[in-house]
Amino acid sequence: MKAKVELHNIGMKYQSPNGEINALENINLTVYDREFVCIVGPSGCGKSTLLSIMSGLLPPTSGYLLLNGEKITGTSKKIGYMLQKDHLFGWRTILENVLLGLEIQKAITPETKARAAELLKTYGLYEFRNKYPNQLSGGMRQRAALIRTLMTDPEILLLDEAFSALDYQTRLAVTEDIYGIIKQENKTAILVTHDIAEAISMANRVICLSKRPGTIKNIYEINLTCTKRTPLSSREAPEFRHYFQSIWKELDIHV
Amino acid sequence: MFKYYPQDADKNIPETPISPEHMRYLKKIRREKIIIRLTQLIILFLAFALWEIFARLRIVDPFITSQPSRIIQTMGNLYREGVLFQHIGVTCLETVIGFLLGTIIGVIAAITLWWSKFLSEVMEPYLVILNSLPKIALGPVFIVWIGAGPVAIIVMTLAISLIVTILEVLSGFLSVDQEKIKLVQIFGGSRFQVLTKVLLPASFPNIINALKVNVGLSWVGVIVGEFLVSKAGLGYLIVYGGQVFKLDLVMTSVVILGMAAAIMYQGVVYLERFLLRKNQRGF
Ligand SMILES: Nc1ncnc2c1ncn2[C@@H]1O[C@H](COP(=O)(O)OP(=O)(O)O)[C@@H](O)[C@H]1O
Ligand SMILES: [Mg+2]
Repeated sequence: MKAKVELHNIGMKYQSPNGEINALENINLTVYDREFVCIVGPSGCGKSTLLSIMSGLLPPTSGYLLLNGEKITGTSKKIGYMLQKDHLFGWRTILENVLLGLEIQKAITPETKARAAELLKTYGLYEFRNKYPNQLSGGMRQRAALIRTLMTDPEILLLDEAFSALDYQTRLAVTEDIYGIIKQENKTAILVTHDIAEAISMANRVICLSKRPGTIKNIYEINLTCTKRTPLSSREAPEFRHYFQSIWKELDIHV
Repeated sequence: MFKYYPQDADKNIPETPISPEHMRYLKKIRREKIIIRLTQLIILFLAFALWEIFARLRIVDPFITSQPSRIIQTMGNLYREGVLFQHIGVTCLETVIGFLLGTIIGVIAAITLWWSKFLSEVMEPYLVILNSLPKIALGPVFIVWIGAGPVAIIVMTLAISLIVTILEVLSGFLSVDQEKIKLVQIFGGSRFQVLTKVLLPASFPNIINALKVNVGLSWVGVIVGEFLVSKAGLGYLIVYGGQVFKLDLVMTSVVILGMAAAIMYQGVVYLERFLLRKNQRGF
């Protein structure tokens, strides 16, 4: 398997007038091509920080990271990022929203436009291309946000609690949906979530982070017996609840 | 009028033929609207009618209060002397120039302050002081510096409207969701692109709001300026009329001023609608 992203001794200390926050410490991790990795951990343990570092937006205070063997020093077209909320711009149509990345990268050509149309068609949003975001349902908006990310053709997708703003039913459906799209487009994905079941249902590996400062506590390889693996069918697999219990214990959540 | 967010606009409206209930509902709100308009007109009419009657019956002294018929007469006189539109024109021109300059300079200044955190932190106390200072106090200073003329009047207008515009637009910029900015940065967007792709369109409601406040302030600035220096314009007519105790002239000018200000405000409202439509439903 080809290594896609490698993190070497990543550490992050935030500075503020009230003191220093040690958000991440000593993170070593390799994510392989076309892998789906989920990162779980208690809230405030540095999951979003870790994704921001991987996106190239936030330089770590120690360690370094490689993408395809090369050092990441800033944002890259090879990395796509999906945030918790869809952040579709209300003043743009769905099509214009989807084209945002290309527009910023000055890469709008007849070909890329055709590709946008194709992706919108494939994922059932073509009829809505001239609508505004507030005319779409939450699930459709999230799908539009994913297409916006896919348009610049990244090799890796970073998803930061990308589904947690949705209600439970929609969330299951959207998870199924987006998982399908990511697999079909052959992307490597790193998903941050605080939902253990969601993590197991999608991941090849689940990375458990400790409380702050976040360090890697344990990594679970997820092997489920099901015919065609999708997030929903994963939940039916017999091993599912064993993983759930182990990870639950690992995270040691007290209320 | 202040609604920018047509959220859920047609999400919930099914495209079925209009039901009788809906028809009745539409009729009802249309009728209510007409009644409100009628009442507004009646109040206006009554006010002027009572004014006229009281003046004619000498319940009030028309020498001090003037009266509608005399106002119309005065307008006619000014028109025949050929100065009516000259005075209106001078004041409106000064107001429009002050308004446009205030808006343009204000938006540019807000962008500059957003661009440089250092500058905005340095400027903060000055902006606070300038904002709370009664700008009219600066009038004599402008006259001495610039000379008594239309330029001093426009500078007066700017002094009154500029700071408010800067603060309003800047607060619009600062209230934009950081994550939206992050989104543009992730695509490799420059600071300039953050400005054009997110900040300006997202602050559109604030900018329009600033325009609306600005229209009013520009009138204040121009009239104060004309009080102080001018030889023409509605502000001049008011001061002059007051000095020679021609209350007819004062009242006439005030009435014209009211109409001009209302028309200009309405202009901004139409501009807003136009821009919103151009932006489609926007936001
Ligand atoms: N820009 C920042 N400046 C200072 N502290 C921050 C910043 N961003 C996050 N933190 C702190 O770092 C810790 C980890 O945050 P985050 O990565 O958002 O956690 P998570 O996503 O796991 O909830 C939190 O305690 C948070 O308060
Ligand atoms: Mg987070």
